[in-house]
Amino acid sequence: MTTAQAEAADGTLPHEPEKATLEGRNKVLAFWLFLGGEAVLFGTLFATFLALRNQTNEGPTADELFHLPLVAAATFILLLSSLTSVFAIQAMHGNRPAVLRLWLIVTVVLGLGFLGLEIYEFSVYVRHEAFGMTTSAFSSAFYTLVGFHGAHVAFGVVWILILIGQLSYKGLTVVTAPKIYVSAMYWHFIDVVWVFIFTVVYLLGKVG
Amino acid sequence: MDWITTVDHKKIAVLYLWAGGLFFGIGGFEALLIRWQLIKPMNNFLDAQTFNELITMHGTTMIFLGVMPIIFALMNAVIPLQIGARDVAFPFLNALGFWTFLFGGLLLNLSWVMGGAPDAGWTAYTPLSSTTYSTTHGVDFYTIGLQIAGLGTLIGGINFLATIITMRAPGMSFMRMPMFAWTTFITSAIILFAFPAITVGLVLLTFDRILGANFFVVGGGGSPVLWQHIFWIFGHPEVYILILPAFGIISEVIPTFSRKRLFGYSSMVFATILIAFLGFMVWAHHMFTTGLGPVANALFSVSTMLIAVPTGIKIFNWLFTMWGGQVRFPTANLFAVGFIPTFTMGGVTGVMLASAPADFQFHDTYFVVAHFHYVIVGGLVLGLFAGLHYWWPKMFGRMLSERLGKWTFWTFILGFHLTFFLQHFLGLMGMQRRVFTYLPNQQFDLLNLVSTIGAGLMGVGMIIFLVNIYLTSRRPADAAADPWEDGRTLEWTIPSPPPEYNFKQTPLVRGIDAFWKEKTAGHKAMTPAEPVGSIHMPSATILPFLMSVGIFIAGLGFMFSRDEFRSPLTGFLFNNYVVTAIGLLITFGSMLARSLFDDQGWHIEPEELEGR
Ligand code: HEM
Ligand SMILES: [Cu+2]
Repeated sequence: MTTAQAEAADGTLPHEPEKATLEGRNKVLAFWLFLGGEAVLFGTLFATFLALRNQTNEGPTADELFHLPLVAAATFILLLSSLTSVFAIQAMHGNRPAVLRLWLIVTVVLGLGFLGLEIYEFSVYVRHEAFGMTTSAFSSAFYTLVGFHGAHVAFGVVWILILIGQLSYKGLTVVTAPKIYVSAMYWHFIDVVWVFIFTVVYLLGKVG
Repeated sequence: MDWITTVDHKKIAVLYLWAGGLFFGIGGFEALLIRWQLIKPMNNFLDAQTFNELITMHGTTMIFLGVMPIIFALMNAVIPLQIGARDVAFPFLNALGFWTFLFGGLLLNLSWVMGGAPDAGWTAYTPLSSTTYSTTHGVDFYTIGLQIAGLGTLIGGINFLATIITMRAPGMSFMRMPMFAWTTFITSAIILFAFPAITVGLVLLTFDRILGANFFVVGGGGSPVLWQHIFWIFGHPEVYILILPAFGIISEVIPTFSRKRLFGYSSMVFATILIAFLGFMVWAHHMFTTGLGPVANALFSVSTMLIAVPTGIKIFNWLFTMWGGQVRFPTANLFAVGFIPTFTMGGVTGVMLASAPADFQFHDTYFVVAHFHYVIVGGLVLGLFAGLHYWWPKMFGRMLSERLGKWTFWTFILGFHLTFFLQHFLGLMGMQRRVFTYLPNQQFDLLNLVSTIGAGLMGVGMIIFLVNIYLTSRRPADAAADPWEDGRTLEWTIPSPPPEYNFKQTPLVRGIDAFWKEKTAGHKAMTPAEPVGSIHMPSATILPFLMSVGIFIAGLGFMFSRDEFRSPLTGFLFNNYVVTAIGLLITFGSMLARSLFDDQGWHIEPEELEGR
């Protein structure tokens, strides 16, 4: 047993529990690397979108389609969830598992709210605007980029839910702390990606 | 069962080696069929469609399923040992990477028996790869199979990066790291930044084909040149993913058999980094003829040629390493020394191709085929042979036969030059690549005949190698810890094959070539950096295998989701994505299980360590 594990066993936690073990440090490092790869992934999707965003093939254009207040609301919700996940990590560093769990739940709820708005948005496009995957190169690029992000959010929601469950029966330890920390990194990352989507897809689509 | 659940990097290395070897064999067989078709003009041994499928599968199989896994095999076998680590950073992910690669490769090769292999070339250029021109499921097997296999590569890359950053033995600073560890590190970084691009490309192509999206469909506003950009932003770095590990191997083998330090170690390190960096900037040299315009062509032309500078530095460093050394020529070193001129020739034709105006002449002729086979076969494959002969005793505890090894070398390298040297001239004379036959009396006949004979000779070399492996495996595993006697790096300080925990005590590193340094100081072994203690090991697990099976099923389900089936039940299962869902359920279920039940691992106690 390492000292970090011993400390955890008697209820105290080291200052940064996510980095207390080699495994934890490896996890955080590898996750940074993974996010580097994810950045390339989204970068390629953005480049594709930029190349094709005016190829509407006589289908609806961005300007006709987008309804900024709805997207702004979604943006607000998602950014708020980034803040709540920061609170969660602070609670973790303060070794307050109950507070941590509360903030994680709030984060998940906000994430679900965002997803709900996105599903609503897509369904309006498909049903009322006849704007589907096959309509144009623009539509393909739009659904792929925004949908990829949405899938990331959905994955994050499920992931954090599982971690909330783990927290209940395993408690906050040097094993669970890195997982929670890493999920928060992931959550921030998808929020940052959304900021780019909001700018490049929606704002540019309205004014560009 | 042992092999399905293992998380030991040394066993995973063996798995990669067998699986990679199997696919290499399949790819080699496909190559022989291609050469047989081209042995004479107007041959009708194969029809055009089969020929297209064969060249596509040959290229794809060789690059993604043959040489990459064998590179990963050597990395897995050697890297933790070379950096003095007991394991990789993520043993579980390591196993997962292997299984996704294997199931991706199996999926791709299933295409042969499930209604047609991919036929649009290994680059899958659109619109050739669109449903308009490629009507079977072939290209779907390509996109989904490669997607799954690529996942494994990406996982492996991240794992090696983390391993090398955090798990080096005390005293091993980055500038004391063996060259093979360095090239693995840089290669993994390239994988990390190049593979996500092809991931996206494959997704887009899949969506075009299965969901009717319009990314590359001109009629819907899409752009085929976009595919080429995405493919080559990945594809050019990919060729450095392949060649840098070979550079690393050569940098280990040549000093060992010259009884000298590697000449210009730090320039080697910086050349490697520079090559990787430039490798990302030059993708459009594959697209000179797509009409990017003179400015873009000029810029990509010059930046491409720049790569020759760090590459040249490496070549000279190897030569200077041998200069004045006590050079021995066991098979491993024969391959390493054979690598140098062969690879150099590939580099020279590369610079020729990089000249945009000249490339308009060379493009899509056998000159390009000759170029990349000189670098990939004459470079990488010779490097892999060198590495396999060099590390075989470490991996399996048995020395390969030198006599058979020399036969392998001479038949293979002779066959190689016979096959590909002549193709330069075929290309210059105007023979097009990717065409299933040619007319007689264009002066192509004799050169093609000789080329095919050369390919056969390479096949003979491979068979001798296999015989060597078979005969060796029947001998007792009695290789010494340092069988070449001039080992310089840490893997030669522990028994062959190594125990599952690698190092009883983590060694203390006091310089470049840690073991060599101790030897020259008159020591027989490394100084340990820690007392003998309990060693923590990860548990074996079936989950990586299950996750990959799940992805495999989901991939098949998605691929056939738009098909019409005669049986209503199968139709129901596929068309409603039931099969896909089952597959994903298996994968996510295994992920959930992994997340909920933390692996406590197990310990090897000091008494046990001493008991051996
Ligand atoms: C000095 C170094 C090199 C230079 C300047 C160079 C340049 C080029 C150029 C300009 C082409 C495009 C030719 C065309 O399609 O018309 C090409 C093709 C190719 N090169 Fe290289 N190359 C170099 C090294 C390598 C290495 C190290 C590898 C692999 C390990 C490699 C693998 C390939 C492959 C596979 C192709 C053909 C791709 C295809 O169209 O299917 N090259 N090279
Ligand atoms: Cu290239």
